[in-house]
Amino acid sequence: MNAILDGDRGSVEAQRFDFVLQLADTNLILGQRLGEWVGHAPAIEEDLGLANIALDLIGQARHFLSYAGECEGRQRTEDDLAFLRSEHEYRNATLAEQPNGDFGQTIVRQVLVDIYQLELYSRLQSSTDPRIAAICAKALKETRYHARYSAGWLVRLGDGTEESHRRVQQALDLLWPYTAELFDASGSDRALAAAGIAPPLSEVSEAWHSRIDSLLAEATLRRPKDIPFRWQGRRGVHSEHLGFVLADLQFMQRAFPGARW
Amino acid sequence: MTVSHEWPLYEIFVRARGGLDHKHVGSLHATDAQMAIEHARDLYTRRLEGVSLWVVRSQDIVASDPNEAEALFEPARDKVYRHPTFYDIPSGVKTL
Repeated sequence: MNAILDGDRGSVEAQRFDFVLQLADTNLILGQRLGEWVGHAPAIEEDLGLANIALDLIGQARHFLSYAGECEGRQRTEDDLAFLRSEHEYRNATLAEQPNGDFGQTIVRQVLVDIYQLELYSRLQSSTDPRIAAICAKALKETRYHARYSAGWLVRLGDGTEESHRRVQQALDLLWPYTAELFDASGSDRALAAAGIAPPLSEVSEAWHSRIDSLLAEATLRRPKDIPFRWQGRRGVHSEHLGFVLADLQFMQRAFPGARW
Repeated sequence: MTVSHEWPLYEIFVRARGGLDHKHVGSLHATDAQMAIEHARDLYTRRLEGVSLWVVRSQDIVASDPNEAEALFEPARDKVYRHPTFYDIPSGVKTL
């Protein structure tokens, strides 16, 4: 595995920048995905619910991106980072860029990310990096609500009708392979944990799996088998879907550079 | 008929801040009370409108019959003496 894929990128500062980008991009891309539901959700109440979560996520992404720009020290603003990077420079988890599918698939993707963020942020609150700690402490209040929303729906659909059960189980089987990446510690992840900037991913993994297991039991869903393959979105190697998300996300700034409104 | 119309209707009450009463603000569809609370939070408190929510199944509200409005409310019309307008208010009282 080469140096970039191993996330072994030299100085703690470079690793910090990379880590903050991971936090930012997972929120940014998932927020963009949820935004695609606006006007299309199965009920107007859900339309607003999903849009609210999308806006929370994009708000969190803005905080992280601003801080990432400061860490990098090249005067890039949150907008520069959000709109003017190319695909391999995005550090979001591959799970976040997966298509919405039906409502059940969106809910499965959401609950997998929400519980991950819940466990990650609650530990990052005591990060030795005070900015990361502050952003996560604030974001955690929103994340608790997101998890309540998505977990509530997962149980309703999983333990619902025959069709809703079948559909969310299918979505879970489809998306499960993307979750291993979240806990796949690189050299950089280990260095950040040693510096107390981020928690050890093994600890997050354990907490996540235990929460997910009890949630799946409540939703009468079966936990899919793990596969050895690891996606590498957090290291800039993405699935075929991210390019299309970025085409939507970046169109305005690419077509009209510097446009403001 | 869309899915949302198969969901029961809930009436939503929001308390703007501690000490005030819950005010009716509207209604929404939800499959259960928990979801109604979450929808109400998203629909009616997104601009800091409240500190507390009540949700009530619309079908559980018993309403007066509009056809009986005359019998129920008209008789009060000519009983102006029920308004406490015949009292002198002491000058020191501020909150009356």
